[in-house]
Amino acid sequence: MGEAEPEVEGRRIAGEARDRVRFEEEALALADQVYRVARRLVGTREEAEDLVQDTYGRAFRSWRSYTPGTNLRAWLLRILTNLNLDRGRKVQRTPDMQPIEEGDYYLANKMAESAGELVLDQDRVVERLSQDSIVTALSSLPHDFRDTVVLVDIGEFSYADAAQILDVPIGTVMSRLHRGRRLLKQKLAEEAIS
Amino acid sequence: MSHGPCDACEELLQGYLDRELTDAEVVRAESHLDGCEYCRRRYTFEDSLRKYVRTTAAERMPMGLMEKLTQLRSAGA
Repeated sequence: MGEAEPEVEGRRIAGEARDRVRFEEEALALADQVYRVARRLVGTREEAEDLVQDTYGRAFRSWRSYTPGTNLRAWLLRILTNLNLDRGRKVQRTPDMQPIEEGDYYLANKMAESAGELVLDQDRVVERLSQDSIVTALSSLPHDFRDTVVLVDIGEFSYADAAQILDVPIGTVMSRLHRGRRLLKQKLAEEAIS
Repeated sequence: MSHGPCDACEELLQGYLDRELTDAEVVRAESHLDGCEYCRRRYTFEDSLRKYVRTTAAERMPMGLMEKLTQLRSAGA
């Protein structure tokens, strides 16, 4: 490399600078979406802001390891979830789960019961849930479940992307998603009828 | 006509809601939903719940964060 002709070397440097600027601009354009996911992965707005800043700091330093044309948002979220793990979250116990036959329909059934309705107007039922109760229920999920639910339901990532971000097999994403949503519904049901 | 949770739908519903099924599975899921009132109602419920969670739990970036992120850029901003 040392003997490279100055002109060639100059072009290489200029090209790299352009790539870098483009990378940074593309990454920044995703900041709002990255924050949206981060906000639900951690407890407070301040933590989410810190996490997003650390993520972008690391992303800007290691931009060369990003392969152009691949999913940049997933790449950023992978950094973010790793940083979040590094922060040493407490290991949470998995709460008791409703039996499967009831679990998936628990929320709908409980809300129907409490409203004394035989036939549920499904869309209207959901509207009875408050924003606070959804946020509280989400944040009370054990982190493995919450991370998966947040990535897929709020981040709108595919199973494959979520698997890559969390570094787990797709089957694990699917089962965590299933159990996580079930827990979410249980918690919502508890709040809705309490 | 079925009145309770059924295994066939249980398997397919999640993938169907998340648009993760293959074309053949989508056909299977939809024909099941067509014939199963119970699952169809649950599907509607799950779908609206998911959309509600998505919109309700979304929070925009706080003012000033973008500026802080921009300052982290190493290339000439």
